Amino acid sequence: MAILELKNIYKTYNPTKEDKGEILNNINLSIKEGEFVAIVGFSGSGKTTLVNLINGLLKPTEGEVLFKSKIVEDTSHERGVIFQNYSLLPWLTVYQNIDMALQEAFPKASKQEKDVRVKEYIEMVGLTHATNKRPKELSGGMRQRVSVARALCMDPEMIIMDEPLGALDALTRGNLQDEILKIWERNKRTALLITNDVDEAMYMADRIIPLKPGPNATLGPEFKVNIARPRNKASLNDNAEYKKTRNEIIAYLMDLGDEQAAGNDSHYELPDIQPRDYRW
Amino acid sequence: MKDSIIKVIRFIGLGFLEPLIRLINKEEPKKNTKEIFRKIIAPVASVFIFIGLWQLGSSALYNTEAEYKIATTLKSQGEAEAKNIKECMESGDPKCQPNTLPSPAQVYEAYKTLLKDHKAISADKEAFKEKTFEMNKKRVASGKKAITYTGRPSFVDQIKTSLKTVFAGFLLALFIAVPIGIVLGLSTTLRGSINWIIQIFKPVSPVVWLLLVFMIVKTLTKNSDGDSSFIISFISVGLCSMWATLVNTTMGVASVNTDYINVAKVLKLRPLQKIFKVILPASLPLIFTGLRITLSVAWMVLIAIELLAQSPGLGSFVWEEFQNGAMDSNSKIIVAMFAIGMIGFALDRIMLFIQNLISFEKETI
Repeated sequence: MAILELKNIYKTYNPTKEDKGEILNNINLSIKEGEFVAIVGFSGSGKTTLVNLINGLLKPTEGEVLFKSKIVEDTSHERGVIFQNYSLLPWLTVYQNIDMALQEAFPKASKQEKDVRVKEYIEMVGLTHATNKRPKELSGGMRQRVSVARALCMDPEMIIMDEPLGALDALTRGNLQDEILKIWERNKRTALLITNDVDEAMYMADRIIPLKPGPNATLGPEFKVNIARPRNKASLNDNAEYKKTRNEIIAYLMDLGDEQAAGNDSHYELPDIQPRDYRW
Repeated sequence: MKDSIIKVIRFIGLGFLEPLIRLINKEEPKKNTKEIFRKIIAPVASVFIFIGLWQLGSSALYNTEAEYKIATTLKSQGEAEAKNIKECMESGDPKCQPNTLPSPAQVYEAYKTLLKDHKAISADKEAFKEKTFEMNKKRVASGKKAITYTGRPSFVDQIKTSLKTVFAGFLLALFIAVPIGIVLGLSTTLRGSINWIIQIFKPVSPVVWLLLVFMIVKTLTKNSDGDSSFIISFISVGLCSMWATLVNTTMGVASVNTDYINVAKVLKLRPLQKIFKVILPASLPLIFTGLRITLSVAWMVLIAIELLAQSPGLGSFVWEEFQNGAMDSNSKIIVAMFAIGMIGFALDRIMLFIQNLISFEKETI
């Protein structure tokens, strides 16, 4: 049973134009409950637009986004979002940022219950020492952890991650990948990861779907990642299945890149000018 | 110890003293000596240069005025009278001094006179209070109005009155402009439909505002016997100065970072929560910039409005001194000018201090 379905999605920001799929063109996607799906794409290929359609911030020009068989009209607590740029509120502390999400998700819970829950999630992402700090005082990795805790504390049925680790250095990135996986495995939520890093997608997802670059972006053929969990980063490189799938995906993406470059074969006429001789 | 002192002086806006404190603690003497020169000695020197130029200017003006006076006397009343006047001027007799820009020394004298005057009036007031204390008690007990001091207000009293007016005006501007600004910022439709009012009324001169308020308040207070000049002046001040806050609040609210708005949407904040937890904090820096401009405009406009509305305060002080034409009137006007400038500066610093206290983004200018 699919928890999320995209049916013939077209999206343009300029509906007066003929081309109804200027940004996204005929996107079809179905995600099963408990699945971890990654969408890989070049930057500028419409990834963020796709995410915003799924989380309800945007509406498709044509087509339907179905979550649990219901059309997505608005944002919902059932879909937690982790933004690329953390989007923490700088005037609130770590505690307050998470607490604010809880206030809305569980309006009936008592103060004490909320307090316990906030602290639990802060501990889960390992930030207990920074509970009362403001985002400005935290490193990028720590901020993204807060963002993760904020999305998860609402107990969403699906986590949508829009290049969550894009701005982090490789080491922090690896750590956070593990942490997100750990949390995901603990209660097997459905997860959708948008990324531009094939290795990250390979390490984390069950299924990888490339997004052909825009304009008129559309989804490519899917690649299954048949590697048992928990995956080990160090030994992953020697796994034959990993190497095969990774090479396939990269070859596919490279072809896409070449295609795009070939499509852009305009010549530039250079003016016929010579440097002037200023020597005496 | 040293670090905490530096923190405190930075916080209250006296950051220029920092190198001095560092030098006393023998920290990087070369760099800090340079800093002291840059931040303390050079500004102090500029004060002396300013006073020097002022002295030169005023003495030049004095000479021009004096020569003219002697020349006209010579023409109309003959040589003997001209000589008389010249001697009179040289003797320093106040009654025949030329009327022109006063020198720094004269202004300082006037400042001392005003201070002395204030002390005398305060003492007088105290005495009056004591004298009428028993009588007032009886009058109040028997249902009559207490006798109040009706003597001339001193310079300091005028300043207090002006501050009261400006604060009343500022609060009025705050309570009108901030809520309206928020509403306008939130609704594109309202913003579009009301924009013309803002654009038309924003550049209107204080004088016209005063007349407008006068027209309205005069009618409204027809039946009350109280003095409406205070009401007129503070409302005019508020109306003149509120535009900066209104525009800034609207701008601030309308241009909140989309990331924050998206967070509010994804977390499904209720409208009030969204306004108070996301939109207001995010636009606070701009709102405060608006409030700072409003306060300084209010103070600037206040003088002109008091002058025209005949309401007590620094403005009417300046006007009365100008009409008075006494020997030290010009000097007193200059004293008032400095008082106005310094109070304006202090008000701005206070606003900056409050802004730093409650805003998440630190601003230093």
